[in-house]
Amino acid sequence: MSSLQSFLHMGGYAIYVWPAYFLTLIVLILNVILPLKREDRFFRTFADRKKHRGKTP
Amino acid sequence: MFEYFYKYGSPRHFYDLSKLFVPWLGGICVILFIAGLTGGLVLAPPDYQQGESFRIIYVHVPSAWMSLFIYMVMAAAGATGLIWKVKVADALARASAPLGASFTFLALVTGSLWGKPMWGTWWVWDARLTSELILLFLYLGYIALQTAIDDRRTAARAGAILALVGVINIPIIHYSVEWWHTLHQGPTITKLDAPSIHISMLVPLLIMALAFMFYYAAVVLLRARYEILENERNSAWVCELIEQRKG
Repeated sequence: MSSLQSFLHMGGYAIYVWPAYFLTLIVLILNVILPLKREDRFFRTFADRKKHRGKTP
Repeated sequence: MFEYFYKYGSPRHFYDLSKLFVPWLGGICVILFIAGLTGGLVLAPPDYQQGESFRIIYVHVPSAWMSLFIYMVMAAAGATGLIWKVKVADALARASAPLGASFTFLALVTGSLWGKPMWGTWWVWDARLTSELILLFLYLGYIALQTAIDDRRTAARAGAILALVGVINIPIIHYSVEWWHTLHQGPTITKLDAPSIHISMLVPLLIMALAFMFYYAAVVLLRARYEILENERNSAWVCELIEQRKG
């Protein structure tokens, strides 16, 4: 077995170790992306609203 | 001194400062993650009893520590907002809740993934696991309260009170493994004696804990920044920012 294979195999515990790491990664990334998206949306909706207000005073 | 405090405690300066700090904190966090994961997954030897499965420790323990730490920050920030009416403190408390909930969730799930091969069960209703689950419900209750109350100041006050009452759960979680017979093991590192873990396993764990800490610092600023924008949406400086963004 190559060293990469044995690394991925995790001594037979791969089905426990890798999901733990994968899930952590997903949750950490989501916690960065979601607030950034929300901030972006905040600026966009407000810019639109202002434009709208400009047209119909 | 108070002048200094008011200047940097003001929402506007907080917003500017967070823009400055987030990239640095994030960068340090990424470097620490790479170092910690290399140490934990590659360099550290397998455990003599648990084999490779012990490597879950490098995500489980930092998550659990953060779940407690963030709760204390949230309660302290909530109290600061409640007593001194510091808006930035309210924003920090509100921004901490989803992060705390995320880490509590991770501590529970990675613990479960570790428990299955080692204890033979995904879940037991022992003191440590149950009190950590209550912590998750405290976070979720706080978040629900924030979304349910439209007036953001009232929401901050109600949330702060909930967070402060819930602080009682923190020592219960920490000492649960000593006060009751639990399936969960006792503390290995946070005790008065020398840590009962080999240095080659301990160092990656501490690096990972530090990485999680920097991650929290970066992301809580990112989230608090948004909370401040929402709070101050009608103020002149936010309108200026919106104008600038339009280009």
